[in-house]
Amino acid sequence: MEQQEIIKSASLWKDAWKRLLKNKLAVFGLVVVAVMTIAVIIGPAIIKWATGFAYDTIPSEGELIKSFPPSLQHPMGTDDSGRDILARVLQGGRISLMVGIISTFVSLIVGVSYGATAGYLGGRIDNFMMRVVDIIYAIPYILLVIVLLSAFGGQNAPQWIQSISNALGSGQGLSQIILLFFALGLVSWLTMARVVRGQILSLKNQEFVMAARATGVSTPGIIFRHLVPNALGPVIVYATLTIPSVMLSEAFLSFLGIGVQAPFASWGSLAADGIKNISVFPWQLIFPGVTMALTLFSLNFLGDGLRDALDPQTRKF
Amino acid sequence: MLSYIIRRLLLVIPMALLVITLTWILIRIAPGSFYSSEKKLPPAVEANIKKKYGLDKPVWQQYLRVMGNITCRTKDADETTTNGLQFGVAGTNFKCFDFGDSLKYEGQSVNEIIRRHFPYSATIGILAYILALIVGLSAGIIAALKQNSATDYGSMSLAMLGLSVPNFVLGPILVLIFSLWLYWLPPARVGGASSYVLPVITLAAIYAAYIARLTRAGMLEVLRSDYIRTARAKGLSEWKVLMKHAVRGGLIPVVSFTGPALAALLAGTVVIEKVFAIPGLGNIFIQSVFNRDEPLTLGIVAFLSILIMIFNLLVDISYAFLDPRIRYE
Repeated sequence: MEQQEIIKSASLWKDAWKRLLKNKLAVFGLVVVAVMTIAVIIGPAIIKWATGFAYDTIPSEGELIKSFPPSLQHPMGTDDSGRDILARVLQGGRISLMVGIISTFVSLIVGVSYGATAGYLGGRIDNFMMRVVDIIYAIPYILLVIVLLSAFGGQNAPQWIQSISNALGSGQGLSQIILLFFALGLVSWLTMARVVRGQILSLKNQEFVMAARATGVSTPGIIFRHLVPNALGPVIVYATLTIPSVMLSEAFLSFLGIGVQAPFASWGSLAADGIKNISVFPWQLIFPGVTMALTLFSLNFLGDGLRDALDPQTRKF
Repeated sequence: MLSYIIRRLLLVIPMALLVITLTWILIRIAPGSFYSSEKKLPPAVEANIKKKYGLDKPVWQQYLRVMGNITCRTKDADETTTNGLQFGVAGTNFKCFDFGDSLKYEGQSVNEIIRRHFPYSATIGILAYILALIVGLSAGIIAALKQNSATDYGSMSLAMLGLSVPNFVLGPILVLIFSLWLYWLPPARVGGASSYVLPVITLAAIYAAYIARLTRAGMLEVLRSDYIRTARAKGLSEWKVLMKHAVRGGLIPVVSFTGPALAALLAGTVVIEKVFAIPGLGNIFIQSVFNRDEPLTLGIVAFLSILIMIFNLLVDISYAFLDPRIRYE
């Protein structure tokens, strides 16, 4: 019996993978995301090795400390301080992608546990838990993020965040970024909770749950061992679509000046810097902006493709 | 139906009060205050400021005062404000919805600030909403009718692009092309209709993209349903099938998106206002949060959260008109 189930579930995922590969736009998205990920991981080191520019290298000659248009030496030009924009875009991509992935992971953990618990327990508890979601939904999220960032930022950072950033060898700038991961994750779990709850509601009256209950599985056991794995399809789809939206939020916060701070850079903070000089040095905005748009575009297509592949309801389209 | 609407309207009141309370708690949790932005004040000065703004009173009294400002309370003898709704009952003067004075912009009341800045956000928001509806609906319907054609793929890719280009990138790039290179349109709000073109397009892009995708998905779903087959079978013209039957059902997901979207658009978008130098409400709100300008933040939150809840209610009511199968008890 158990053997059979494993084979069946493997073929379901394989089936979805096959359908995903048939979708040209989704494959395009997958390839771009993969290339972009590899580029931001190894790119900065390659540029450093080939040209000697790191993301924070300011040239020692005074006349080079200004913004140059794209050239062979600097394919994306340089910024106001003469720093290579290509190196900064790749370095910024690390932070932007990390924000997307880690914040989505945080929202995944909170949203799935919350939504699954509410959906399975049902009744008054469900009603109460979902009204809480509605109310948090109505609070402007920017306010939540600002309060989280200012209440726990800088000197006030909790011990564990400080020890993470010390372990990674950077000071306060990094602990601000780690805080940003959690702040964004903690405001973006609401929709995830709703999606999961809806899914659990339709699953919880099926026979396999009744069988689990009859054999004496505990409530947390039923929720996390039996219900959540069966709701994974929509969760994965929604998570893929959360990554670009979280990256947009990070960019927006950096644009307002409360996200990623110098010397660190993200695509959002690079674009925000570029906007100031748009009329004179348009390349400062265009390259980070287009890189970011391309990545979000691909992530969205990938998410769409995954939805078509994993959700049999929309398969016919 | 009527009792449903009344029940929902009554529910708006506790929900809004809760949202305002939570916002107030958040403002109070955040370190710093409106007077301590630059340097540390001498204790005597700080005590005086606290006394002036009633911050020396117990927290529950401060809370009741704040909630009284936002809802209703008796008018103090030395108050001369004419803001909000004021009336006398049996010799006692009451005032309602007077959000108090801004702490940062001295001598200006929150009501005044909202009244002054909201029209800019609302004008741009409504124009962008109309543009997004026209573009999004027509693109979505055409894409659904010609499913899997080049038109379909083209418009859906364009929609995806609209979703993926952040508006603070799109806005400056449009300015670069149309203002700085072609000299067609002004780069920022200087008055006149032409200065609204770029902000409205920038703001509408993402909403048009969403609406196009939702419309296409909704239409595809409906076009395969039984009642459309029935309508065709009884010999209705294709145009009538489309306009009278398909569009009505296919629009439900669009409506549930556009209701809250209109509220968000009216509220003003910080990015657009910053990029195009528009004195709208969004920017004022962000500044008030940075300044710890408590009455201003709370006033705007109260104003906007009620606006959003009412739009959500309108959306739920409109479902019943779009889909005769939906009934409210």
